[in-house]
Amino acid sequence: MENKKGNSLWNFFASVKLALVTLFVLAVASIIGTIVPQKEEAARYVELYGKNIANFFQLLDIQDMYNSWWFVSMLVLFSLNLIVCTIERLPHIWKVVTQDNLATTNADRLGKMAMHRIFRGQMAMDQATSAVQQIMQAAGWPVSQADKDGGTLFFSQKGAYTRLGVIIVHISILVIFTGALIGSFYGYKASVLIPEGGSTSQVYQSNKEHTAIPLAFTVRCDDFQLTYYDTGMPKEYRSNLAVVKDNKEVYTKSIVVNDPMQYGGLTFYQSSYQPVEGQFSVQITNENTKAEQKFIISPRQENKWLTESVTFGITDMSGPDMMKRYQYKIWFSDSKSGPSEFWINEGGTARVKRPDATYILTAKPRFATGLQVVKDPGVWTVYSGCIMMILGLIVIFFMSHRRVWVFVSSDGQKTSILVSGMSNKNKIGFEKNMEVIYDKFAADSSLTALSQ
Amino acid sequence: MNSSQLLGFTTFAYLFASILYIAIFVFRVEKISIIASVVTLLAFLVQTAGIILRWVESYQMGYGHAPLSNMYESLVFFAWSIAIFYLWLEWKFKNRLIGAFAVPFAFLSMAYASFASEIDGQIKPLVPALQSNWLIAHVVTCFIGYAAFAVAGGIAVMFLLKDREEEAQKRKGAEVDGLFSTLPALRLIDDMIYKCIIFGFVWLSVGIITGAIWANEAWGTYWSWDPKETWSLITWFVYAAALHARFVKGWSGKRIAWIAIIGVFSVIFTYYGVNFLLSGLHSYGSS
Repeated sequence: MENKKGNSLWNFFASVKLALVTLFVLAVASIIGTIVPQKEEAARYVELYGKNIANFFQLLDIQDMYNSWWFVSMLVLFSLNLIVCTIERLPHIWKVVTQDNLATTNADRLGKMAMHRIFRGQMAMDQATSAVQQIMQAAGWPVSQADKDGGTLFFSQKGAYTRLGVIIVHISILVIFTGALIGSFYGYKASVLIPEGGSTSQVYQSNKEHTAIPLAFTVRCDDFQLTYYDTGMPKEYRSNLAVVKDNKEVYTKSIVVNDPMQYGGLTFYQSSYQPVEGQFSVQITNENTKAEQKFIISPRQENKWLTESVTFGITDMSGPDMMKRYQYKIWFSDSKSGPSEFWINEGGTARVKRPDATYILTAKPRFATGLQVVKDPGVWTVYSGCIMMILGLIVIFFMSHRRVWVFVSSDGQKTSILVSGMSNKNKIGFEKNMEVIYDKFAADSSLTALSQ
Repeated sequence: MNSSQLLGFTTFAYLFASILYIAIFVFRVEKISIIASVVTLLAFLVQTAGIILRWVESYQMGYGHAPLSNMYESLVFFAWSIAIFYLWLEWKFKNRLIGAFAVPFAFLSMAYASFASEIDGQIKPLVPALQSNWLIAHVVTCFIGYAAFAVAGGIAVMFLLKDREEEAQKRKGAEVDGLFSTLPALRLIDDMIYKCIIFGFVWLSVGIITGAIWANEAWGTYWSWDPKETWSLITWFVYAAALHARFVKGWSGKRIAWIAIIGVFSVIFTYYGVNFLLSGLHSYGSS
């Protein structure tokens, strides 16, 4: 430590002033990115701010400010500040946590503490010391003792380790940063659009190049459902996904916005959807046999359900109506009698009564589900850092290091007992602790309180 | 009886409580100050019933979600948080004069929720992004933090007013019985500001973290520098700076009071400004 003391660069990074300045600059700089839209096309900035300012923004990477060299440098500076501060303070804090308070405290210091009280009695020294042991034990402060300064010094403490709270919070921030770094080096964010009934074995990274990333398995989308509240607000986006490996379905999950699918270290999130141009998804159920089949069809084309000998198609379309829905005209036949023709709402259901059976038919556009695909091995590190931070903050703000000393000495005639205490935080709460201890001493009939 | 009636009554009860607290402070009728506390407690209980009833009503309408999903509901919850936090503070510090600097915030929040034309008090269904158990954890923790910061700001104003009066008296050299002389000693007010800030700081931290976990559950990214996230972080920086200045540099009194006031503006911008002035992932908070 000694050689570091003289090092001005070290002192610069160890200073609280740097921490305050960094916090201030980070706060002010962060505002810029909330006002200037981020990650837009270059032309958009020229349109919004004119050519000169747009060029200036380009120079400072304002269009992707939070990843810019100067903002990242600020975060690095912030981290260095934290690391150096921790290295600088830890030995001092550790010394206070582990020190032998019997050895380091002199009896004459006790009477100078803000909280102290003296009791006097006629008893002999050994009687007094055993009384102190008993009283302190009963008050919930078991003591250790040593003979020094012409008397006996007793000591008891609680929450010495709470002094490490500050270190825990500072390290927690570094842990969170480490998790973020792990994520950015070993993870990726990608997206993929899978049409209903389709599948993919690669996803596309969310960067400018949209680099294709091959997957170790295939993801299939069996179904996408969009439901609305009666107010017309979207209620749910749901995709039924299946993971296929070597032509075998190994995992299925129905995902919605707040419930993603996790498989093979990747997480698949429901993020968007779009209709596939000119294609429709029709599901037909035979009400009698419960036989069911889903078809992806194009309009004005004849489609066959071979096992049921059903032929059907969409012959016409109209819309959209006030609910933004289309209507489809369905042509349906099963060769038993003349064909049925009827209109159906997008997403609606129709019952088709035929001589031999009743069929239930639904029709909607064929959707492609938009998935966000994320690999982030750093998440749990980030979460651990978060838990550390909260625990550390609770320790810092709501727990304290409380120390109590008792010094027993005799002037030959009378024995005096000096009780004193100190807390690094929450002095008012600690005063109450001390009152309890004082009361226990005062309750001993052989002792009289000397000073308040 | 429906939730809007209960919440409407709450608005006026907070107004009445605010007037009482201010009257007690200005006219020094501390003897009747218990009435202000009772009115506030009553308003708080009615509001609690109103919030629970609104929750029940949302189930009756078939939507079924906690009343924490839009600007109206969050303003109501903000007022509720301020009230419970203030009542706790009043009980802890055994002082009712601080009410004049805290309870009006609860009224303003309710009044704004009820009377502003851009705020819709209808119960609406939840959009898919908000359908998560994290909604309650995230909103509740953030707003308890905001409430503590709001009260800290109010008490900071009280500190600065009293401080100015005392300075003026010192200049004159006379012990004039000023308006603010009945307020607690500056040292005590300073301690209250500090206590509110640490309390708010812990809850804001938990609020940001629950938000991050939720974002990761819904979108696959725990931090995306969305304006709301960024502003919550800016607010966190402001209070982190205040705590460091106090712990390490020994700042107290006026300087901490000013930071507490700056902090309130940062909170207001995080909560309100971002929704209406900036676009981003939290846009559902604006209706």
